[in-house]
Amino acid sequence: MSSDIPLQPSPGRSLPDAHGHFDAFGGKFVPEALSAALEELEAAFTTAVADPQFLAELDGLRRDYAGRPTPITEAHRFSQHCGNARILLKREDLNHTGSHKINNVLGQALLTRRMGKKRVIAETGAGQHGVATATAAALFGLECRVYMGKVDTERQALNVARMQLLGAEVVSVAAGSQTLKDAMNEAMRDWVTNVDSTHYLIGTVGGPHPFPMMVREFQRIISIEARAQMLDRFGRLPDAVTACVGGGSNAMGIFAEFIPDPEVRLIGFEAGGEGVESGRHAATISAGDIGVLHGMRTYVLQDEDGQTKESHSISAGLDYPGVGPEHAWLAATGRATYEPVTDTEAMNAFRLLSRTEGIMPAIESAHAVAGAQRLGLRWAEERPDWHPVIVINISGRGDKDVDTAIRWFGIDGTADATTGALE
Amino acid sequence: MSTADATTGRPFEGSARLGRSGRVLADARGEGRAALVGYLPVGYPSVEHSIEAMRALTEGTDGRGVDLVEIGMPYSDPVMDGLAIQHATTRALQHGVRTRDVLKAVEAVAATGRQAMVMIYWNLVEHYGVDAFARDLAAAGGSGLITPDLTPDEAGPWIEASDVHGLDRVFLVAPSSTPDRVMSTTHACRGWVYATSVMGVTGARSETSDAAPVLVERIRSVAPELPVGVGLGVSTAAQAAEVARFADAVIVGSALVKCLIEAESSRDLGALRGVVDALAGGVRGLG
Repeated sequence: MSSDIPLQPSPGRSLPDAHGHFDAFGGKFVPEALSAALEELEAAFTTAVADPQFLAELDGLRRDYAGRPTPITEAHRFSQHCGNARILLKREDLNHTGSHKINNVLGQALLTRRMGKKRVIAETGAGQHGVATATAAALFGLECRVYMGKVDTERQALNVARMQLLGAEVVSVAAGSQTLKDAMNEAMRDWVTNVDSTHYLIGTVGGPHPFPMMVREFQRIISIEARAQMLDRFGRLPDAVTACVGGGSNAMGIFAEFIPDPEVRLIGFEAGGEGVESGRHAATISAGDIGVLHGMRTYVLQDEDGQTKESHSISAGLDYPGVGPEHAWLAATGRATYEPVTDTEAMNAFRLLSRTEGIMPAIESAHAVAGAQRLGLRWAEERPDWHPVIVINISGRGDKDVDTAIRWFGIDGTADATTGALE
Repeated sequence: MSTADATTGRPFEGSARLGRSGRVLADARGEGRAALVGYLPVGYPSVEHSIEAMRALTEGTDGRGVDLVEIGMPYSDPVMDGLAIQHATTRALQHGVRTRDVLKAVEAVAATGRQAMVMIYWNLVEHYGVDAFARDLAAAGGSGLITPDLTPDEAGPWIEASDVHGLDRVFLVAPSSTPDRVMSTTHACRGWVYATSVMGVTGARSETSDAAPVLVERIRSVAPELPVGVGLGVSTAAQAAEVARFADAVIVGSALVKCLIEAESSRDLGALRGVVDALAGGVRGLG
């Protein structure tokens, strides 16, 4: 199939409304200093996606730079561990820079240039969005600063170095919980100060309008491809589409085109950390309640006063106490469901997929792998005669997580045996 | 010198939109000077000591003090605050400050005879309940809210509750605000309008910005009936005097918080009172 499918609004894609609301969710809860920039961005986005030249350029970058379309891989050996389910993997890990983040970054970098801005800033958790932003900044000749929580710079040191090698400046944020939410606060402060020269390249379907809508549209390519690939190759739609959900950009990307297909279950897997009952998790939809964070109304992990609680996850990319407002809306309407997956379940899936398929997923994506396996086993018990087809969005590759895996599994990184030398 | 000459010089008469807090700014203009608004967060270094510090704000050493106390409510994700205020509010949260403590502080300030307004991030108000918070703030003697991350676009419930409970609502306007937004934001205000003089977060700066007088004029041109306060960056008497030449109120925050940070162990309020004296002189043209 070709990737030159236009990015454009169409019936059934009418949310959010003109104010950025997905019914009760979303909106713009921002300092007034940012209002003009958000209006400028929305106008730039709206005109860009109606401009054939912009779409052609984005399409060319996707194909010739990012390596799209990404394939769907059937996971035969992994499926044997998933009851009667047939597991298909959408391979966003094969994108340039190793994750789906490049899809959004290329779109927003083109917009940055269109708005005449010379500098981009970004927040990053696992570093995948930071690396993607640094990459696009290098490609477009933009100045780039990436904010990253101090805890995350330590657990994702490899990605810090990658960003620096790409020419970006990485700022470690020592405030608060020193993770993704604090990186986002610091990026917001930078943007408030430098809004005339700077575009804040938000990496998820969160933040104030128009970011949740815009990032969804730039990530929609995942499900545009996946839906066509299903029909072309398998002659049917899947029974379930699954993805991990932190802020939720890869999940919105793979859900978007399937939302109008009622027979396709949409299931997001949140970071359950040490277990939702432990209180140490990042399962915002499963265990949070409605509030305002980072410019949007959505589900938030918060205390009874509305102070944000610290989230916990082995996965830096899911370690966020909020979630994109469209996911909140999909959950509230019942169109999508969300379940927590613990650190342990995710790490077991990380190893199982590596050993059965030779595909090492990002720990973020491993949450979706674990969740899909659980679904397959659950459905095999509930409906033994059913052979469901489950698509998992493998949002990124796991190279960046090898250090974490070494610690988790107690691998010491030395050889298993020595040969070739006499005693 | 008199500061009223350089502004429009008109008294603010007969406007219901002055509310309670705008009247304080109008009265200062009647005296030929700008008003002084002082910010401190509740709960730093403790709830009790922060309230002591707010009382000191209303007095200085010579009894003049600030005209209006802006009481900040600490929040976990304060995207408009610089390092000094973040330091204080983070400590306050670590010590367990609660939203209800801000009402305690309001009550204490109101008892001094000076007005108190609350600066609060929106999620905290939503969680308390917008109408319940407005009701309790009014009962505590507070004049209204300053909302750093709530613009009129999302403020429907707050506009309604503030009308019901007779509270002022001060929204922020920035140099980047478009003409349309200056108009709509200003028209949603009651009391006064908060002009952020430089782009950026809170924090004392060596120079205030040229953007400030321009922004104040833009606001006045669409709402001559409302006073305008200028904040973000003022720390010295000279800066206060400079801002007082074109604004109806000078808002000082980080410079006051720094006094408390420097006295974190001694808890001595002498330095704070001294800074308040100097700023009170500044708004009276004694830079």
